[in-house]
Amino acid sequence: MGNEDVILRFEHVSKMFPGVKALDDVSFDIRRGEVHVLLGENGAGKSTLIKILTGVYTADEGRILLNGQEIRPTNILESRKLGIGTVFQENSLVPHLTVAENIFLSREIKNSANLIDWKETNAQAQYWIREMGIDIDPRTQVRRLSVAEQQIVEIAKILSQQPSIIILDEPTSALSDNEIDNLFNTVNKLKEEKGITFIYISHRMEEIKYIGDRATVLRDGKFIGQLPNLEEAKLDDIINMIVGRTLEEKFPKRQVEIGDVMFEVEHLTVPKTIYDVSFQVRSGEVVGLSGLVGSGRTSTAKAIIGMLPKEKGVIKLNGKPAVINTPHDAIKIGIGYLPEDRKREGLLLDKPMYENVTLPALHKFKKFGVLSKALEHQTAEEYREKLSIKTPSVERETKFLSGGNQQKVVFSKWLCAQTKVYIFDEPTRGIDVGSKSEIYRIINDLAAQGAAIIVISSELPEILGVCDRIVVMCEGRVTGELSREEATQEKIMKYAIGGAGSYGKVEATH
Amino acid sequence: MEKLKLPIKDRKTTSFTNKPWFSAVLPLIVLFVLMSLIKPDTFLTTSNLMNILRQASTYAIMAVGMTFPIITGGIDLSQGSLLAVVAIVAGMIIRDTESILLAVLAGLVIGAVIGFLNGTVIAYLEMPPFIMTLGTMRALRGVALLLTKGSPIDIKLEAYRFMGTQSFLGIPLPAYMFILVAIAGQFILSKTATGRYIFALGSNVEAAKISGVKIVRNRIKAYMISGVCVAIASLLYISRLGSAQPIAGEGYEMEAVAATVIGGTSIVGGEGSAMGSIIGAVVVALIRNAMVLLQISTYWQSIVIGLVIVVSVSIDIIRKRIEARRVG
Repeated sequence: MGNEDVILRFEHVSKMFPGVKALDDVSFDIRRGEVHVLLGENGAGKSTLIKILTGVYTADEGRILLNGQEIRPTNILESRKLGIGTVFQENSLVPHLTVAENIFLSREIKNSANLIDWKETNAQAQYWIREMGIDIDPRTQVRRLSVAEQQIVEIAKILSQQPSIIILDEPTSALSDNEIDNLFNTVNKLKEEKGITFIYISHRMEEIKYIGDRATVLRDGKFIGQLPNLEEAKLDDIINMIVGRTLEEKFPKRQVEIGDVMFEVEHLTVPKTIYDVSFQVRSGEVVGLSGLVGSGRTSTAKAIIGMLPKEKGVIKLNGKPAVINTPHDAIKIGIGYLPEDRKREGLLLDKPMYENVTLPALHKFKKFGVLSKALEHQTAEEYREKLSIKTPSVERETKFLSGGNQQKVVFSKWLCAQTKVYIFDEPTRGIDVGSKSEIYRIINDLAAQGAAIIVISSELPEILGVCDRIVVMCEGRVTGELSREEATQEKIMKYAIGGAGSYGKVEATH
Repeated sequence: MEKLKLPIKDRKTTSFTNKPWFSAVLPLIVLFVLMSLIKPDTFLTTSNLMNILRQASTYAIMAVGMTFPIITGGIDLSQGSLLAVVAIVAGMIIRDTESILLAVLAGLVIGAVIGFLNGTVIAYLEMPPFIMTLGTMRALRGVALLLTKGSPIDIKLEAYRFMGTQSFLGIPLPAYMFILVAIAGQFILSKTATGRYIFALGSNVEAAKISGVKIVRNRIKAYMISGVCVAIASLLYISRLGSAQPIAGEGYEMEAVAATVIGGTSIVGGEGSAMGSIIGAVVVALIRNAMVLLQISTYWQSIVIGLVIVVSVSIDIIRKRIEARRVG
């Protein structure tokens, strides 16, 4: 490790939880002014490490040295005082407060009368936002900002605390490609101009190569190795280190007989949201719905299942028009929707896994009007085995499962409901590489059984790897359609930004 | 954390301390033991214990009803006023027609209709349950006063008084009744799809909707069950007291909420049990009884009940934190 300028050093850090060693003798260091990527599957120990660093947990063994001094923060405030700022995966801003109020929340700037000095507060907020390279009025309520802008405000808030280290935990999972580009520009600027060190957690292989300087790989709580030069590292090698096995193919090939048109959307219109959206899906076919965030992909899905009111448009299943006013109707005729936000829309987090699995098809588990818990358990056990869901019991509440396993539980819901048409909205968001390829396998299996599948994804390689055909949307309209053979990232991007009335402010990336 | 095939046995189904109503059992036992030691001669007598059960019956049945809206994340403040309206209408019918069947039917129908009304406005308009039921609470109290012009109705029909005043095997009939209602309530909650849906929409309404749960219908059902429970409680109440007062049941909705939360039902929804709620109701009745026996002023009753609510909910919260830490 030489005599590089080390800012943060982990020495033999271990952390036990009942039944699992979350961190096992982990040692490595992070250099001043680098973007250091933490890699590993969900459950590999990244979050535990971050939580120890930010004082949420304390290490059982080992120590952490910041600038050569041992630190033992016991809460997030202490770690903040030590100069460690964290941008959490989940947005921590208060929606009804303004940008400035959020930035200085709990650190209000007071005047001589001990009242809040609004002029100074807004001026300082403005300064930090400008530092981020954008211009937002600090008096805007946060709920009026886009997800990407909120993320910027979140980082500005951390930045205003003038930390020496900033932890970014999956900062891009809700961002579109051009927004990610902006974020990366900001990170680079802060790194170069202010010498801030970044610890960066992400599951997106493409972007970590782009943004990261060095990386540390964890697996099953152990230190596996470091990648000293991310730019030159081979993707396959990185994945090998993370999963500890060769992923033969990230996207398993499949041989599926594509059948007749099974599912049709015609002229679907939701006021001010989507306009005249039409496409078809054949039996055994996987159709990708691509486009930037906010292009109307999720709205299309929600309009199909009756979550959004349709102004116009027909949904046809096997050639017959279907009346769908609620998700209940959709499930009844065989359309299932896996939502993009599994915690908010996918799961009953404080309910056991088996109650989640059986919910959409609960009527199947009735015997003389009474629910059969035995039958429910048996079914949940089947899916637990089939999808290798890691949980000690089907009775365990889903909030205790890791992201990948939670997502598999949501998949189980729709497999159990045995719908004919599946809409998967960001099926692999925020889950690890291993679980990802298992989810691709499930999608392939469903296609092989003759289901019609729609995949919504912001990750272009995923869309290209999984789909037979790609429908691209922009600003609520379908702007293009590409077959698997003709599709490239560039072509998709072109359609994604090339819709009628495009503001021209977006730039293609990668 | 992954790799959980290790020896963490799932204790949820086996461990007594993990039941949501555990926090209510603790004050129950403590109060019982304390009173048995302090006043063995007056507290620990059959007649006193039966008296506690009889007094608990009204709150217990209302609390079972209250459990349903609370699990959906709502509340039913109209319970106390509804109790009065049902009592008066049933009392008038008995006074004028001497038909028990008609009185009981009318009472149950009124309970169901008011529940339907509450549920429909709350579910369709997405009106906050607190506001809607506050409205019906005030309106129904007015109805009760209008119907009687403020004076009570006496119920002299002996046959009707039977249920509220008699005992079987030494245990008062109202006690059987509230146990029956609790069993029925618990059955709906844990054994039927309706019960599961009510939990689901209280736990995460978005996820429930996407999973095909009929939100409006199940919300309405929850308030109807509350209304019907109040009707049962009311019919039993006038049978026990022999009169129907227009101011009957004032503040009872809060007693029912207290019993429900003491019994481990989460006020934010998604969690709860009918069994817990009747235990909570017995705890409240026990406190009142103890205060009377100890000749402590009624002012103190309120203070103690307030403390018990806070303490038992605290126990529940701490229990969950410990569980969360254990799992990691």
